[in-house]
Amino acid sequence: MGRYVARRLLQMIPVFFGTTLLIFAMVHLLPGDPVLAMFGDKGADPATLAAKRHELGLDKPEWQQYLFYMRDMILHLDFGTQIRNGRPVTEVLGDAFPITLQLAVLAFAIELVFGIGLGIIGGLRAGRLADNLILIFTLLIISIPVFVLGYIIKMVFAFNLGWIAPNVSTEPVLSEMLAPAIVLGGLSLAYVARLTRTSMAENLRADYMRTAVAKGLPRRRVIGVHLMRNSMIPVVTFLGTDIGALMGGAVVTEFIFNIHGVGGVIAESISRREGSTLVGLVTILVIVYLVTSLLIDLLYAVLDPRIRYA
Amino acid sequence: MPDVTKTAAAVEDAVAPPSVDASAPVAKAEKARSLWGDAWVDLRRNPYFIVSSVLIALLLLISAWPTLFTSASPSAGDLVHHFLSKPELGSVGSPEWLGYDQQGRSVYARLIHGTRASVTVGIAVTAIVTILGGVMGMIAGYFGGVIDAFISRITDIFFGIPFLLGAMVILQSFTERTVWVVVFALAFLGWTQITRVMRGAVITVKQADYVHAAKALGAGTVRILFRHILPNAMAPVIVVATIALGGYISAEATLSFLGLGLAAPTVSWGVDISAGVAQIRVAPHVLLWPSIMLSLTVLAFIMLGEAVRNALDPKLR
Repeated sequence: MGRYVARRLLQMIPVFFGTTLLIFAMVHLLPGDPVLAMFGDKGADPATLAAKRHELGLDKPEWQQYLFYMRDMILHLDFGTQIRNGRPVTEVLGDAFPITLQLAVLAFAIELVFGIGLGIIGGLRAGRLADNLILIFTLLIISIPVFVLGYIIKMVFAFNLGWIAPNVSTEPVLSEMLAPAIVLGGLSLAYVARLTRTSMAENLRADYMRTAVAKGLPRRRVIGVHLMRNSMIPVVTFLGTDIGALMGGAVVTEFIFNIHGVGGVIAESISRREGSTLVGLVTILVIVYLVTSLLIDLLYAVLDPRIRYA
Repeated sequence: MPDVTKTAAAVEDAVAPPSVDASAPVAKAEKARSLWGDAWVDLRRNPYFIVSSVLIALLLLISAWPTLFTSASPSAGDLVHHFLSKPELGSVGSPEWLGYDQQGRSVYARLIHGTRASVTVGIAVTAIVTILGGVMGMIAGYFGGVIDAFISRITDIFFGIPFLLGAMVILQSFTERTVWVVVFALAFLGWTQITRVMRGAVITVKQADYVHAAKALGAGTVRILFRHILPNAMAPVIVVATIALGGYISAEATLSFLGLGLAAPTVSWGVDISAGVAQIRVAPHVLLWPSIMLSLTVLAFIMLGEAVRNALDPKLR
């Protein structure tokens, strides 16, 4: 187990550097100059621009900039400074991240409860009316792009029924986040429901299920323990990679409901060519992704004792 | 029927479905069919498959010849037709059928002419991704070792980058964003998905007896890869690619909606939805119709992919 974790952690290192390098290169290939943008239309004389570039380290070759950036990040947890207003990136992210995290966690909870719930109902009644309704419902949810779903919900519940406010306030409370979280988690909810359903319907026919029923276990135990535990592996795999995806995908939902989270920071940094903010953000998302995928792999062994990591 | 025993030859003749020839004797259709032949028989009875194929055929027709469906220009706007002054709708197929947008342009004409952008992006990205990702996956799966480790780490890197975010960064660096720029951005980030699927399929297939037999007979690497492994490893790739096609169309619209994909004067559903948002309360139809078309298109491709998957997976039958 320990050796497996160590090997996985070692494998993460090239992926971590590769991803940050890729996003760093992509950002720095953007045309436009953040220093020039600082001075607006009026501009500044070349000496000032050069001095500012030197101060920010932007006059060095790009590979050096990358190395310095990574050194500061790893050794000092310093994600750089925003060029426009001189705020440390960690501070900017510290403001935006909790809001997005709140949204993502709520969306995750919704997808977990309702996704698995619908999946169990469908899986146990495979081929019958309830199952077909769930399949059609989830198919529709999957087909409707997130931003369309967002506006449908906004149109119906905010404008026609007046149940929710169309936009979320700057200091959002949890109840305001409900509608955006449903929009954000809707797609994954449908996937979770379908995965659970297929996996359960398949395992219902397994030999161990017949054995469990034959030896007279109560139905609750047969389904709750024997069936669920065996059916959860594909679902857990999906859920694990989804936490990071929810945070990255929150851009659209935040845009629709005017939430001041990571999405707003991303949009702003792209249009202002704030390379360090973007790289810092993506790096955090990458770390979330890498850590969750490791945890998922370790969780397999809990769900299926046949899986052992030597 | 056990798919492990099927031969490459059996797969090849499945490309022409056994009973498509009306003059073929019944006995021929009754003989043991290949996985693909079986799947085809299964598909023809599947209502999801029929509905999605008809929808996709219609969408392809619309994108190839939009003028067959409407004579109105998607960009000709006359403020006489502005939705506030002309709320009543016309007969089916006429320019005023679905109303007009803020600039007095026919929503129906824009709907029809916007199809091409979405369908082109979807098909082009899928084609590039399948070929590039498929070849990489085959190389990784077949050769294994260092090459596999290298390619797998590259796919890991791409998987770490959130798809939408990466596409936004790439697209921002282009000042003029045409359909092909969007195709490039989505394909650049999307190929690794197919690589993973193909790699897994090739690793399973390459241990099959017929591959060892071909090797023993002295077949070259290229021949083994393309004649023996590829036909047998293709099924999951086709399924994933079809479902992903719907996802790419949705991604294009999302990016256009965020102002980072296609932009006016290109006619596209995403552009129209994004323009319709401003008038959501007074004229929801401007937003609604492109949204419905977009969702229907994505639905059609996902339904097709699922139907093919169910037909190819003997466990689900």
